Amino acid sequence: MGFLDTLFGRTKPVQPKLDDLFGLPSAAIQLEAAAGFKPTGSGSVSFRAPEGKPFADIQKEVLELLDMDNDEPGGGLPVEVTKDSYGYTWLVSNHMSDEMDALVTDLHAVNSALVDGGFGPQLLCTLVAFRDENNRRLSLVYLYKRGTFYPFAPLGGGNNRDNALELQVKGVLGDDLKFEQDLTRWFPVWGAPGL
Amino acid sequence: MAARTRYAPDRGLTVRMTATMFLLGLVFVAFVALIIGIMTAAHASGASIILVAVVFGGGSAFISLFFSDKIALAAAGAQVVTPQQAPELHGIVDRLCALADMSKPRVAISPARMPNAFATGRNSEHSVLCVTEGLLYHSDLTQEELEGILAHELSHVAHKDVQVMTYASLLAIVAGLLVRFAFYSELFGGARRSDNGQAALLIPLIMLASVVVYAISFLLIRLLSRYRELAADRSGALLTQNPSALISALTKVSRGMNQIPTQDLRAAEPLNAFYFAPAMKLSGGRGRGVSLSTLFSTHPSLDKRIEQLSKIQRELGQPGAEPRGLR
Repeated sequence: MGFLDTLFGRTKPVQPKLDDLFGLPSAAIQLEAAAGFKPTGSGSVSFRAPEGKPFADIQKEVLELLDMDNDEPGGGLPVEVTKDSYGYTWLVSNHMSDEMDALVTDLHAVNSALVDGGFGPQLLCTLVAFRDENNRRLSLVYLYKRGTFYPFAPLGGGNNRDNALELQVKGVLGDDLKFEQDLTRWFPVWGAPGL
Repeated sequence: MAARTRYAPDRGLTVRMTATMFLLGLVFVAFVALIIGIMTAAHASGASIILVAVVFGGGSAFISLFFSDKIALAAAGAQVVTPQQAPELHGIVDRLCALADMSKPRVAISPARMPNAFATGRNSEHSVLCVTEGLLYHSDLTQEELEGILAHELSHVAHKDVQVMTYASLLAIVAGLLVRFAFYSELFGGARRSDNGQAALLIPLIMLASVVVYAISFLLIRLLSRYRELAADRSGALLTQNPSALISALTKVSRGMNQIPTQDLRAAEPLNAFYFAPAMKLSGGRGRGVSLSTLFSTHPSLDKRIEQLSKIQRELGQPGAEPRGLR
């Protein structure tokens, strides 16, 4: 925030950074080779739906756009819409586990539709889920405002996370993806849809 | 190219805030010029008093700026809580900070039963966001309303309100100290100086000027504080994109404020400037125009705040998504 913004008590809405999301497909290959985690094929975009009709219209358009290719190979399953207990909306896109490129394209379609509509500042994060052979859960979370990734690995049913695994993933992918260096921003997303 | 945006800056608020700060600066300059004038005329025998006041005033402002988080936490009897102790609260703050791209302040809970919240600290790395138990457990706020209140407080942090208000209060602190020092030196040193006609005149003059400056800057600071509240309301509502929740939270909390026994309220008064809703209501003029209670209060009236938020509500409902900055 600039000096004038501080002086006048203004906050400029933060625009999302979208480009680094495309690093995901190659990171997924690296993650499977080095740590044995495979993509589940599910990914989600989380955003804060503003009140008012303009946003509702755009959300409807996005859903229609994403479901248009469902009949074609690689088109994926219909998109699920859920609202979590914190009031954020999640669009979950489900693909086959080897369709990482198509999944990222879907996620990006949501982003760009929202940004084009002027709702870029509403984007919170995107989440792509992975599993290993022991069925351990891992997800890579992309923070739109920072343009960075961080790992989130929930443990069991309670609010515990596998910090060792998360740091291991950061070690494995640190060179491929832009990782969030500030660990205080690795906020947990318990019970996120598509996890 | 500037990104497409749906937010128009509130120019009216910016203009009013600029005018207030300009007046504060003007009073400051006039005060300094007056003091220098008096000193030159009287050959500087009151210089020590002024120097002491500046050092004391500046020192106390500096301390309150650097320790504002600790002072406020201690005054509110609040404890910093970990994400394990208050997962819900941390979850809301986490998400709001990620949405606003700001670093997360520490989160504290105060045992007060009065539903309220405050944020303090000189910058976002050293800030703390505190909510009362009353707000979390004893009020009928929904999660969205709580989020609206937290977004308002986070906006205070983002706007660096503690710093801005400390700098703005500096003059008032020094002027207030000068009044006291001049009064005491008149009381105890008056006889000694009576042989020097100019010096005897000097002290009352400084005192009079300080009283006037103190009164004017006090009113301006309160005015500035009310504008900062409106700015935080606005930024908070734009962050959550849910002004309606903030409106209902304000209504509920303000209603709750009136139901709490007076003793609690008075004890919370020193922290008022940082609170979400003022704990103490000044009784006074209900008539038209500017009443005393409006002039002195740190927070704008509920009606003013709701009026502004309703404007944002209407803006969000409008289809016009054309970027205003590009036209």
